[in-house]
Amino acid sequence: MMRKVFEILENDARLTAEQVATMAGVTEAEVKKVVAEAEKERIIVKYKTMINWEKVGDDRVWAMIEVKMQPQKDVGFDALAERIYRFPQVRTVYLVSGTYDLAVFIVGKTMQEVGLFVSQKLAPLEGVQGTVTHFLLKRYKEDGEVLHPGGDDRRLPLII
Amino acid sequence: MRKCTTGRLDKVPPSGIRKFFDLIAGMEGVISMGVGEPDFSTPWNITEAAIRSLEKGFTMYTSNAGMPELRKELAKYLKRTYGLEYDPNTELLITNGVSEGLDLAVRAILDPGEEVIMPDPGYVAYPAAVLLADGVPVQVPTHCENGFRLSGNDVRDAVTSRTKAILIGYPANPTGAVMEMDKLAEIADVAKKRQLLVISDEIYSLLVYDMQPACFASLPGMRDHTILLGGFSKAFAMTGWRIGYAAARPEIIAGMTKIHQYTALSSPTMGQVAALEALRSGEPEAQKMIDEYDRRRRVIVKGLNDIGLSCFEPKGAFYAFPSIKSTGMTSEEFAENLLMEEKVAVVHGTAFGKCGEGHVRCCYATSMPNIEEALTRMARFVQRHRSV
Repeated sequence: MMRKVFEILENDARLTAEQVATMAGVTEAEVKKVVAEAEKERIIVKYKTMINWEKVGDDRVWAMIEVKMQPQKDVGFDALAERIYRFPQVRTVYLVSGTYDLAVFIVGKTMQEVGLFVSQKLAPLEGVQGTVTHFLLKRYKEDGEVLHPGGDDRRLPLII
Repeated sequence: MRKCTTGRLDKVPPSGIRKFFDLIAGMEGVISMGVGEPDFSTPWNITEAAIRSLEKGFTMYTSNAGMPELRKELAKYLKRTYGLEYDPNTELLITNGVSEGLDLAVRAILDPGEEVIMPDPGYVAYPAAVLLADGVPVQVPTHCENGFRLSGNDVRDAVTSRTKAILIGYPANPTGAVMEMDKLAEIADVAKKRQLLVISDEIYSLLVYDMQPACFASLPGMRDHTILLGGFSKAFAMTGWRIGYAAARPEIIAGMTKIHQYTALSSPTMGQVAALEALRSGEPEAQKMIDEYDRRRRVIVKGLNDIGLSCFEPKGAFYAFPSIKSTGMTSEEFAENLLMEEKVAVVHGTAFGKCGEGHVRCCYATSMPNIEEALTRMARFVQRHRSV
């Protein structure tokens, strides 16, 4: 039941408890209870809106930075990761397997600003062994949503 | 001038929705709940597999019965889903959708004048296919109070010395009705006692909610007396690919294959490749679509009941079949007036048989915002026309 409620809300957070209840086939009270508990436990972390900023004419610069790090005794990568994710420019941080360790997504007003952040804040951190910066050129799909969908309903209007 | 078409065609009534097609043409802003197919595109892994096969040049005929790999994979699917074992070499046939499968089935088993029992309301192709095979459709009424299930007693009463088969299709188009295993067993009982074949159209079998898919052929003793028709169109959103299948004992499949080889030769090769991919990797995506239909189903059923169009809970397919009796209109008047006044397209119940009177079919394979807007428009319409 919880899973059903979360799946519905993950796709549309604006639905009322009554609407969610109808879709999940449970009572409104049950939905409210599940949601309240999930908010408290931070299972539901936040309610947000996905905005296609490109369409608003936003020209901020996004970059994905590969960060190679030296793991530290006892804390591994966690302490250094925290030092990185506390910067407000840093929007997303993942620990990943492969040729580097952290995937860090940052946003800035200009390429220069992003470049300065990497060279002055990120790269000099103790434990950071190297960085590779990839500027984002185009967003095709984000969090499961295609940003420039093509295609309307191509079905015939009536079929029996 | 001398009549150039066969009299057999005259027995088949024209499509009940032709008029509505003409009305809709050119109309802007219509929300259609009149379609009978998914609003999702085919899952990409399936489409991509077909594209790759085209690039590699898989554009030739396949064997008449269908690609051997597909039949093998289908046998595995039927085994894991229903515990049924079919020999992929002699007991499975790949068809151009269930539509062709149905046509082949009735042509393979009927002699002129033999009767086929089927539910009313029911899918429009059922009586038509039987008539075109020179058979006689015998429509047995089903009722909302009984969840539009076909009753074993009613079927028993409809059997005559000329009855050859019972044709069922659950989950059902247009009602969304399902038949649970114990209800299907009643039909099986009649079939056994009267030595009838059962043609079971299970195109919607995976689209069931709060229950497990039920397969008629898996009932004790029924495997060899059932022609199981299934396909990929609905659950895998593959309507345009035209791939279905028939599963039955060798003698029947051989007969159906004989007709298929002379009329269709084989089913589309790219569609078969796509179907193979659907069986190998498509089930998780299918399940996501089924979960979404389930959410929409709950919204539309509650919405229809709230606006005064009482709607029994459909447990399968993607149709709601509400009663429109509170408006005092016939189902055809309701459908036409709703389209003209509020631009919502539904299909009148009588398009599916006379027992569909008093109901309309609303397909909820459309987006949640569309469903909500349609319900708002229908509420306005019902308010205006509520009979005292």
